[in-house]
Amino acid sequence: MTAVAVDPAAVYTLRHADDCLVLSHRLAQWSSRAPSLEEDVALTNIALDLLGQARALYTRTSELDRTGRSEDDHVFQRDERDFVNCLLVEQENGDFAVTVARQLLFSTYQLETWRALGGSTDRQVAAIAAKAVKEVTYHLDHATQWTLRLGDGTAESHERMRAALERLWPYTAELFETDAVTDDVVARGVAGDPQRLRAAWDSSVDQVLREATLERPSTSWTPTGGRRGLHTECFGYMLAEMQHLHRAHPGARW
Amino acid sequence: MDPVDLEVEFNGLVEADQRIEPRDWMPDGYRRNLIRQIAQHAHSEIIGMQPEGNWITRAPSLRRKAILMAKVQDEAGHGLYLYCAAETLGVDRAELIDQLHAGRQKYSSVFNYPTLTWADVGAIGWLVDGAAITNQIPLCRCSYGPYARAMVRVCKEESFHQRQGFESLYALSHGTPEQHAMAQDAVDRWWWPSLMLLGPSDAESTHTSQSMAWRIKRFTNDELRQRFVDMVAPQADVLELTPPDPELRWNEARGHYDFGECDWDELRRVVGGDGPCNRQRLAHHVSAHEEGAWVREAAAAYAAKHSAVGVVAA
Repeated sequence: MTAVAVDPAAVYTLRHADDCLVLSHRLAQWSSRAPSLEEDVALTNIALDLLGQARALYTRTSELDRTGRSEDDHVFQRDERDFVNCLLVEQENGDFAVTVARQLLFSTYQLETWRALGGSTDRQVAAIAAKAVKEVTYHLDHATQWTLRLGDGTAESHERMRAALERLWPYTAELFETDAVTDDVVARGVAGDPQRLRAAWDSSVDQVLREATLERPSTSWTPTGGRRGLHTECFGYMLAEMQHLHRAHPGARW
Repeated sequence: MDPVDLEVEFNGLVEADQRIEPRDWMPDGYRRNLIRQIAQHAHSEIIGMQPEGNWITRAPSLRRKAILMAKVQDEAGHGLYLYCAAETLGVDRAELIDQLHAGRQKYSSVFNYPTLTWADVGAIGWLVDGAAITNQIPLCRCSYGPYARAMVRVCKEESFHQRQGFESLYALSHGTPEQHAMAQDAVDRWWWPSLMLLGPSDAESTHTSQSMAWRIKRFTNDELRQRFVDMVAPQADVLELTPPDPELRWNEARGHYDFGECDWDELRRVVGGDGPCNRQRLAHHVSAHEEGAWVREAAAAYAAKHSAVGVVAA
């Protein structure tokens, strides 16, 4: 579906909608499995915020691409190759350290992205961003607090957090990539330049890691492709589970 | 004060419909009874997250998914208030969780049934939450203050849960023939367990009379069951779904619905541990708890390190 010639702004909003949807789904998988009851509530809160952001962005996407697709069409009727979320958000939950690391790395990126979108020339996107900034500020604080506790907690938690960062770090390079879509939206003032977010992201993440007594992983491997619908293998299973009921009853209302 | 005077004062407060508060004197039996009931209630909220949570990742629309996530999150919140209410009686949450894991404290037997289709989520909201509300509304006037106050908020949220369940089931029963069949099947499976959620019949109930004297409970199990059936039977008509009870009919003379006898052997089996999901539900909770141990240890270690140097840990 992304092959249809559409406003690049619609592709841009779809990418962020998919990021929010997919991470929300992953976080929701923690329900009744979190390390404490308080954490169960917190992870679902974040998942619900992200789902709300996704819904607003899908609605805006359909206005921009003039397809009239509903939010459910976007979510339940597209195939794996049509999803344009980044690879980081689709990575499986792993242990709690992996979930925390994923959230730290993504929320830091998302906060910078939403801040930039607050000044978007697309007033609806700017309004969505203004609300989302408040939510993501909390998500980042939550992830930061846990990174500190796991990094500077016990020897086991430190090791798990180190391994989690090692595992996920390669997927962060993709967040700052540019292509024809980002060039277009940046030129029109719809969005900020992803590359310009990098410095703020680096300094924010580095500061948290330092305080958590963790080291920034180094890697030469920088997987990419999510924005073009090239995903990791785990993603297909997630979609299969998410879509099967909806697709088993074509045209049904729920 | 003399123990006899204390008991007289306690009984006077209860009879005057005043609230007993944590620092008030109370008989040991009252305390034990409340701990048992509140803990069982808290455990039910937490174990109750599993059957519905089973459908979060498969919810068929984003609207339903958001509602379901929020609902399951509410159950976690209810568990938290209730564990806190129990803690005012001098036990702590970790101890109660241990008792649950050891099988010494129970949770509602209704959660030992599986959620096999999406319609089960609606049926649980409509029937299970409906039965729970019937039980819980009188608890807002329970003689123990912290429990009564926790129940006020719980009931508000449960009432939303029941309405969303009804609405979700209505969409199915007025949808495609396949959706209608799915809804009917769910009602067939959840009807009797929901009636049994209100506890054994009065003749069999071991805790009812003392709990009523202490004004922890206000109505007997059978009274609550009648109330519940009177509420949901006409709703079933609106849903165009048929409860699986051939004896269910309006009795003009009594001003109530008549209904059939629950399968009490089944209730005994499920309460005794041999329901379809007893082992699975408990094993899930135990494994989540054990897998989270290193996280809780890390938080405690961090707090200890940082409080030692004057930093306040969250």
